[in-house]
Amino acid sequence: MSFRDGPLQDLKIPLAWTATVATIIAAVASLALLLDDQRAAAKTPQDRPQPVRSQFDEAMGPVSSLFAAPLRWAGAAGDYLKDYFNAVDENRKLKAEMASLLQYREKAFALKNINARYEALLKLRTEPEAPMVSARVVDDVRGSFSHARLIDAGSDQGVKIGNPVLSEHGVIGRVVGVSKTVSRVMLLTDVTSRTAVLVNSTNARAILAGDGGDAPKLSYLRGKDPVKVGDVILTSGDGGLYPRGLPVGVADQDALHQWRVRLYSDRSSIDYVRVMLFVDFSQLVDEAALNTRSAPPVTAAEKAQVEAAVAARTASPRPGSADAPTPSSKPPAAKPAATQKPVSQKPASQKPAAAPAGAQPPGPGR
Amino acid sequence: MSGYQPLQPWSWLLAPMLVSLFATIIIATPVRFLGLALPEPVFPMTLAFAWAVIRPSILGPFLLLVSGVFLDLFWHGELGLWAFCLVTVYGLSLLVRNLMVGQSVRVLWTWYGGFTLLAYTIAFLFTAAEARTAPNLMNTAWQALVTILLFPFARRLIDTFEDADVRFR
Repeated sequence: MSFRDGPLQDLKIPLAWTATVATIIAAVASLALLLDDQRAAAKTPQDRPQPVRSQFDEAMGPVSSLFAAPLRWAGAAGDYLKDYFNAVDENRKLKAEMASLLQYREKAFALKNINARYEALLKLRTEPEAPMVSARVVDDVRGSFSHARLIDAGSDQGVKIGNPVLSEHGVIGRVVGVSKTVSRVMLLTDVTSRTAVLVNSTNARAILAGDGGDAPKLSYLRGKDPVKVGDVILTSGDGGLYPRGLPVGVADQDALHQWRVRLYSDRSSIDYVRVMLFVDFSQLVDEAALNTRSAPPVTAAEKAQVEAAVAARTASPRPGSADAPTPSSKPPAAKPAATQKPVSQKPASQKPAAAPAGAQPPGPGR
Repeated sequence: MSGYQPLQPWSWLLAPMLVSLFATIIIATPVRFLGLALPEPVFPMTLAFAWAVIRPSILGPFLLLVSGVFLDLFWHGELGLWAFCLVTVYGLSLLVRNLMVGQSVRVLWTWYGGFTLLAYTIAFLFTAAEARTAPNLMNTAWQALVTILLFPFARRLIDTFEDADVRFR
């Protein structure tokens, strides 16, 4: 008797069917996860804590760090050998570079001094220096659909969601997930990344939109010739996610004549980064408190000022206006000024919470 | 070519899954060779194809679901994206299993390539819908190509276990 004629033949159909049912259940479960994640991302801003992802990153941080260590040591050994054999060339190059930079140093000192005086004269409210935290990259995601890095600094070091992250050359992205010891950084090249930038030479604003490639696109450019090849691109500070003026890259055009940015951060591998503990004013605003708190009471002096202003306005109306007094009308001074509702007495809740002008639209989150 | 082994869940399901996830972690180390970043293939794609060719399994799709969720969390992508793609590849491979079993390596590789492209297309569309912008086509094609080149690993798994269950020869 062969196997096909034995009792095992009965098991073939049930297994195939149960496997099919299991596949359908798994497919439905994964699709439900996917749709739920998309809906949650559409509802909530990206800069909200995601506990499952944070816990996963917290667990994966030491594992990735362990596997990255041998490669890091190998890289360091290679760099040591390279430096040893190229020391003379490197020394000559650095001397030449230093000579050219010295002239800029004097100019920089002078400009810094003048700038400080202008700021004082204009009473500009400049952004305070933000403290930095250094961190090491422990894993690097560079696939088609997401570009992110895990760094070994977390909330214990003061890192918060939204903090900008820089390499020695320029901006690389911002923190989108934080746990105690590690943080997840979304790169500028990520397909969901949107960054408000400006062209240094023309001051033209644009949105830097990642697409999973090496050079993100410059979108929403306006005006005639707002950018040229080689123009320096900086963060504009609009929307409050990044401070103004952080170096991003250089403008370039692709084969389809679309403007893109060659990132400074691409110049070398990113093994160490700095997290800027930058908190913008828009992140400090408590919208709920703004909407519930009423305006301060009007003082007697303010009330008198308002009454005087109203009286002065009604006493000298514009000729031909509808408010011009007729001989039969009451004198304006007799009109009780107190009935005029002062603007300052409007409750604050009628106005929306302060939002920075030109705030960048929140990118779709994960 | 190694001889066939009996089908124990650990040997043909769990161990290959752990190896593929381990490979995913290793390849994510922040290192560049000659200034170029390493590609990021989807290692569990080989399992989604090979498991279906070897034999229908109840545990297989759920392990692919777990692998996919791991990839989504590890790569900080949409939760469920790769889980859905992997289970879809498994389901379709299971559907056309009778056409693939016993075929030459070239034919199997073609099937595997087709399923991989389909998975990347699904991922591309879902990502484009979420991000409201199309991901970079060149980069997507490059990653898909690298994943297709992983077929020898799937072939090795199939060679090792395809004769283990006589009911599904």
